[in-house]
Amino acid sequence: MPLYLEIIICVSLLIGGAFLLVGSYGLIRLPDIYMRLHSPTKASTLGITGVLLASMVFQSHLKGFLSIQELLITLFLLITAPVAANMIAKTALHQRTKPLDKTKNQELIETARDREVPKPPQD
Amino acid sequence: MKLFPMPFHSLLLFVVWLLLNNSISAGHMVLAAFFAIAIPLLVNGMRDEHPKILKPWLAIRYVLMVMKDILTANVEVALLIVGPIKKLEPGFVAVPINISSDLGITVLASTVSLTPGTVSAEVSKDKAWLYIHALHLDNEAELIESIKQRYEKPIKEIFGC
Amino acid sequence: MLSWTILIVAVCICVALILNLWRLMKGPTISDRILALDTMYINAIALILLYGIYVKSALYFEAALLIAMLGFVSTAALCKYLLRGDIIE
Repeated sequence: MPLYLEIIICVSLLIGGAFLLVGSYGLIRLPDIYMRLHSPTKASTLGITGVLLASMVFQSHLKGFLSIQELLITLFLLITAPVAANMIAKTALHQRTKPLDKTKNQELIETARDREVPKPPQD
Repeated sequence: MKLFPMPFHSLLLFVVWLLLNNSISAGHMVLAAFFAIAIPLLVNGMRDEHPKILKPWLAIRYVLMVMKDILTANVEVALLIVGPIKKLEPGFVAVPINISSDLGITVLASTVSLTPGTVSAEVSKDKAWLYIHALHLDNEAELIESIKQRYEKPIKEIFGC
Repeated sequence: MLSWTILIVAVCICVALILNLWRLMKGPTISDRILALDTMYINAIALILLYGIYVKSALYFEAALLIAMLGFVSTAALCKYLLRGDIIE
């Protein structure tokens, strides 16, 4: 395998692995469910894209022609990740999970749960 | 009867079939063309009305812009996660939206979820408010304004609703 | 160089999987557990693709695609069940 291909594969694999690790680390580290939602939906999407990019370059080299079928998984995950995050957020709202105390605008949780229009601020 | 009642879906089926088989041989081309014509004809009667993409070039530009935003969003969120979390100030925000079609709202909500520091949580019943959760909320009005300007306006133009 | 990189990245992903498993065990709410499962399947896809590079085989692409599809459907089904107490409306 030529050196430049190896370097491309190694760099994208390392970036992918680092972002996947950061995404899972955020899952452990962040204090409440609404904040935890952010780390897998974003960091893991980029992480998986890095690994898929490496796989794409490697398979193209292996087969001898441009193999872009790994893009299917990337595309699929890019479309489904926000939907899954939205459904988990809905579930958390439905179960009346308490957010962190310092969260701003906590009164919106009840209205969001019942899918109501937010009440105007009362002074 | 039109040969391609759903042109975008036909194209998608064609490309996905070729990608799944990872081949552009003549046989797979014919099979993909058959699926691209037959499946939309079969399912055309079952679907709900969706708004058409009125401005394809703007749609492509929008997708590229979102890709760029996803990249910056990922790095930004990764830095927030490994940085000091005591300083983070999470918060909920209700964003007024002005899109009438379900498809437009779905695209907007997905884009908001994929871009910096925000996850969309719920849509109000009258489809006029989008509830989002922000990982680090320092300026509420600015966030609402940026979502409306950066994402809602092009979506409204693309779908014309 | 490539084999060392694969080893390092595999260790990264395995640590990530263990962190997910910890969140899955610890909870505290059921939505946390669903989120942990969701992240777990994404990490599993990465691990399978990495193994595909390691053994120089293209066969693992299908497995990764299947995990991606089933993972999303199971997340959606679990959430729907908790939202309404019913998977099929």
